[in-house]
Amino acid sequence: MLCDVCKCNDATVFLTQILEGKMQKVNLCDSCSKEKGVQDPTGFALADLLLGIGAAEEIEKGTPTQKCGVCGFTQADFKKTGRLGCSACYITFSEGLGSLLKAMHKGTEHVGKLPQRAHREIELSDRMRTLNADLQKAVEEENYESAASLRDQIKQLEANLAIKP
Amino acid sequence: MKFANVIAAGGEWLRGEGPHHQIVISSRVRLARNLRHRAFPGWAKKVERTQVLELIKPRVEELPEMQDSFSEMLQDLSALEKQVLVERHLISREHAAKSVGSAVIMNRRQTLSIMVNEEDHLRMQSIRSGLQLKSAFKLVDKIDSTLENKLDFAYDPKLGYLTACPTNVGTGMRASAMLHLPGLVLSEMINQVIQAVNKIGLAVRGLYGEGTEAMGNLFQISNQTTLGEKEEEIVSRLSKVIETIIEKEHDARQMLIQKKSNTLWDQIGRAYGVLTFAHAMTSKEALNLLSIIKLGVDLGAFPEDRRLPIDELFIDTQPAHLQKSSHQKLNAEERDELRAQIIRDRLRVFPRPDISKVARESGNGSTAEPPTNE
Repeated sequence: MLCDVCKCNDATVFLTQILEGKMQKVNLCDSCSKEKGVQDPTGFALADLLLGIGAAEEIEKGTPTQKCGVCGFTQADFKKTGRLGCSACYITFSEGLGSLLKAMHKGTEHVGKLPQRAHREIELSDRMRTLNADLQKAVEEENYESAASLRDQIKQLEANLAIKP
Repeated sequence: MKFANVIAAGGEWLRGEGPHHQIVISSRVRLARNLRHRAFPGWAKKVERTQVLELIKPRVEELPEMQDSFSEMLQDLSALEKQVLVERHLISREHAAKSVGSAVIMNRRQTLSIMVNEEDHLRMQSIRSGLQLKSAFKLVDKIDSTLENKLDFAYDPKLGYLTACPTNVGTGMRASAMLHLPGLVLSEMINQVIQAVNKIGLAVRGLYGEGTEAMGNLFQISNQTTLGEKEEEIVSRLSKVIETIIEKEHDARQMLIQKKSNTLWDQIGRAYGVLTFAHAMTSKEALNLLSIIKLGVDLGAFPEDRRLPIDELFIDTQPAHLQKSSHQKLNAEERDELRAQIIRDRLRVFPRPDISKVARESGNGSTAEPPTNE
């Protein structure tokens, strides 16, 4: 059985709690249990807190029929393997993944390297935003000469954005 | 390059010439990348895996760094050859289990190895001798930047690089160093160090990564998380922690020399005796005893020029290397016999441990390099 947190290692710590007559289970590997400080059974409430409330349940409930439109991967497949089907699965299953990533990592947003292409796309869309704002301002000021030039630049930029490198 | 040449050449990191090489055996940085909208290898059908391989492999082979490289489909390598690559840390144990649709490409110096269709479409790894995490990262980062112009990598502006396992998402980077820490183990301080390292979000593992036992006093330390921190920050944080561990290891060795010298000389003497005279030895026992001899070289109990033969034995006595060199498949009993024989042969020219050489060094402070004798 795989660890509910990292989905990579075999679970060696099994926590069970009965709440309002309902059984809750969390399975953790050695390193995740240490990291979450849940080796002490009295700290179980803490475990729930750290893993996101009812982490085990969340994975369980999801929508088992939900399927990735690109690769056909399902929530049940993820539960079984701990791996996703393709890059689009991150969007398909984003809801359930959110709390998982939060428990796993230092932050929730990437701050490191991105492909050059991503930089270009971000730069272009920033430039587009500026141009549109300038255009609006020019129109408001009835500066039609400048507005025409800005409109041309926007058209050119749109064409560039359409051509994916 | 042929496989036989790979074996004969030995990797750059095996020669142990990098900074802090007495304690840091090697530094590795790997990046995981995937192609957009293509099923990850674990979910892809054989046909899809092969398509991805055909897209990626030529792009990797044409890299300037990969001239005169070794490039092989996994199904064309024997189980033994794959195991040799695992023992040199050039492919993962997981990758060794792969066959059709997976490949490995590595450069001649064996500083760069690229796995295609491991858990992710691309696993690019740079491995250097000693503590060189920054330069290892630089090398693999450069490869990544070249490849991203030719391949459509899956990324998300918020989540970064998308990987098969959510534990790798973001930077897709795992930086790790292999440390030799006999001083901390003998002085029983290792658990304290491991706990402290775990507490700051770094992982400590055994010789062959996840779920493997720590043998030969060898420990791998790596980053645990990949999201929410820049690559350079991860690398520099890890490097700093490792530098602290190096200091602790030096301190532990000094403490042993000053306060527990008899235990230390006893360990070194026993290791020397058993290695010199044993006729059957498991790889675990060999690693544990060689580790003590290596410590002896570090401390000056053996001449410095004996360092390389000992370092080489660490790799040469591993099961697959042993069988490869004897050109036949051996059962466990035969391997233990051959291993003992190889070690006896190489130690025949080894002088006895000379502890008087060590005693003179004890006052030189904790970070002193051991003497280069003769």
